[in-house]
Amino acid sequence: MTNSACKGITPDDPRFAELDAFIQDGRASAEFLIAVLHKAQQIFGFLPEEVQRHVAAALQVPPSEVYGVVTFYNYFTLTPVGKYPINVCMGTACYVRGAGRILSLIEEELGIKPGEVTPDGMFSLEVCRCLGACSLAPVVTVKEEVYSQMDEAGTRKLLADLRRRAEAATAVGATGGE
Amino acid sequence: MSATHAPTRIKTLADLEAIREQGASRLAIRRAAEANLPEAPEIHILVCGDTGCRTNSALDTRDAFEQAVKEQGLGDRVKVVTVGCFGFCRMGPVVVVDPGQTFYCHVRPEHAPVIIREHILGGRPVESLLFAPKPKDKARVERMFDLPFYIGQRRTALRNCGMIDPERIDDAIAADRYFALAKAVLEMTPEQVIDEVKRSGLRGRGGGGFPTGRKWELAAAVKGDVKYVLCNADEGDPGAFMDRSVLEGDPHAVLEAMAIAGYAVGASQGYIYVRAEYPLAVRRLENAIRQARELGLLGKNIFGTDFSFDIDLRLGAGAFVCGEETALIASIEGQRGLPRPRPPFPAQAGLWGKPTLNNNVETYANIPYIILHGADAFRSVGTEKSPGTKVFCLAGDVVNTGLVEVPLGTPLRDIVFGMGGGIRGGRQFKAAQTGGPSGGCIPAHLLDTPMDYESLTAIGSMMGSGGLIVMDDMTCMVDVARFYLQFTQDESCGKCPPCRIGTKRMLEILDRIVEGEGTMEDLDELERLAAGIKATALCGLGQTAPNPVLSTLRYFREEYEAHVRDKHCPAGRCKAITQFRIDQELCKACNVCARNCPVEAIHGEIRKPETFYIDADACIKCGNCASVCKFNAVVW
Repeated sequence: MTNSACKGITPDDPRFAELDAFIQDGRASAEFLIAVLHKAQQIFGFLPEEVQRHVAAALQVPPSEVYGVVTFYNYFTLTPVGKYPINVCMGTACYVRGAGRILSLIEEELGIKPGEVTPDGMFSLEVCRCLGACSLAPVVTVKEEVYSQMDEAGTRKLLADLRRRAEAATAVGATGGE
Repeated sequence: MSATHAPTRIKTLADLEAIREQGASRLAIRRAAEANLPEAPEIHILVCGDTGCRTNSALDTRDAFEQAVKEQGLGDRVKVVTVGCFGFCRMGPVVVVDPGQTFYCHVRPEHAPVIIREHILGGRPVESLLFAPKPKDKARVERMFDLPFYIGQRRTALRNCGMIDPERIDDAIAADRYFALAKAVLEMTPEQVIDEVKRSGLRGRGGGGFPTGRKWELAAAVKGDVKYVLCNADEGDPGAFMDRSVLEGDPHAVLEAMAIAGYAVGASQGYIYVRAEYPLAVRRLENAIRQARELGLLGKNIFGTDFSFDIDLRLGAGAFVCGEETALIASIEGQRGLPRPRPPFPAQAGLWGKPTLNNNVETYANIPYIILHGADAFRSVGTEKSPGTKVFCLAGDVVNTGLVEVPLGTPLRDIVFGMGGGIRGGRQFKAAQTGGPSGGCIPAHLLDTPMDYESLTAIGSMMGSGGLIVMDDMTCMVDVARFYLQFTQDESCGKCPPCRIGTKRMLEILDRIVEGEGTMEDLDELERLAAGIKATALCGLGQTAPNPVLSTLRYFREEYEAHVRDKHCPAGRCKAITQFRIDQELCKACNVCARNCPVEAIHGEIRKPETFYIDADACIKCGNCASVCKFNAVVW
């Protein structure tokens, strides 16, 4: 899967140094593959081929095995996530309390399906299996923020808020501000 | 936030007792049921800092209390403490004021100065923030354990959750943590430890219900210089979060129990395999492990003996199958989490081929109590074959949601209608689902079933890890079965064909049924496939995957038949075969449906029932109108 964002990562990317420091801290063997991939995804935001090959070489495991692990676990992603990654919990309690309706609403409003990113790179959508906040179902997360007891109105409001924040960020970015 | 001086290593029981002594007064305040706050020499404001309450900005509430305490110059007398889960998540953010155990619900930052002024300085609890058993009634309940939610509960695994600061090891020690470990390594032989666990009758709380003592005995009996002790904290069962609450609220319980297990089976290294989806639990565990190492409660020569034990964390990466122990082991080794056939069992050849003992979080959380108080004390609650307590995560369409810990054998009715307060919105109970994707649905006529391992299995469900999802009469049981099957199909690792292909075929049939395209033969085919998968799948995930379908077919067959024969979804959930309309004979034209319609598909003039109708093209079939109509005038 080619993506414009992948092109940004070259072998001399300075972020590899941070990853290497983590690996050299006693994690340069196959048993730490998952821990290293967690770190890599934290640094790069996703795990493109360049990053997987780098990890494979550093841990001395075949790239095919790294790819196998990356694609086995839901937590790892091969594509970049949006600036605002939206995650809808589809655990049982959330489902029973209407998470399905909230998901369709977000799909409709953003025009994307789970696993996709909006063309402007602002929003990505994922579903997850239970965040363990079942007594506050249904739950939606945006990055680290958790929104509980959501309904249609709350979801619309959340999306409107996020759009405002996204626009504000773009406006600031355009004028060269921080 | 621990003590400022450098910690000294604990070498003897007396060292441990000295720390407990220092914390004794703190714990006494939190255990005191009676209080006159204006006169109290020291007051603790306990704010729940668990994941649930955090989503409701509990940390802002805590900051507001700290600010208010400072402004009133009460810093010497009033302490604000961030604690783990109180269990009653629905009322979050929860704040408890001690002494006196006053339980405040939905406490927002602006309430902090009010509670300080009126209650702590004035001695009068703030009525409006106390729990109201009946929303419209004036009656309020003040003390935590007088709340209907807590009546009938007995907290063993959760005993310290909501009482200690989970980030302070001295708080944990004040609440008796590590005294069971001291007793085990200083006064008991490994055989005696195993014997005590066996006699307690404790059974695996992660789902299987295998006798824990037997498991320890098997691991101890295998010869080997290197053995491992694992903690399965990969709580993947959707709808269950008790392990998260233990890890966040009392992480030292698990560390202590794993060390006891290590002593019993002859292991010196443990691993906790925890979900990456639980960042707070991970942070609390990392912190707890660091503190335990600093005090010498983990590491070399614990309590000055030749017993050494250390623990490391391994993070999962979102694969439900990793809750299966052989898959979990593969994942700790850095591989894809594929299960493998047993035997050999992990007790013989587990992690890196070495003898390995694996228990779940809640199972471990019961161990210190058993060692410290004895098997008989543990057996004094619960049933003969299922002794002790079990934590259930009460969620779904029930009024009071949260964590409840009850003696095993407690009737389902007591949990749903006692602690749970019944069904939301005055609707009818339809089913309770236990055991997650491996379990089944319990119908209304079995509400008196005692919640223990045998009884649940006998009615086609299972204990599972303790998820308890209550469903009202607006829930479609075919859709629920399909939801679970979609889950297991999605999470099937693909290694064995019965699970990979069999669940796919079953899901296709269920998809047809909810679309109104099923046949009666499909129902028989579902049962045939289910039997095959149960008999032949490689691991527990596959073997139990058909359970939600089988149990709904058993108790709600008429709903399946309605979908197939009448192309009708009795609950109005399956969109393809549901068309909502307004029965103008029953309609009172109150406009409530129209106001609650998210897409403005309902039109009509107030007080003119004959004018109300639903625009079928605009309707998204969400069912809101039907659930808000008091006159049952929305029909399908």
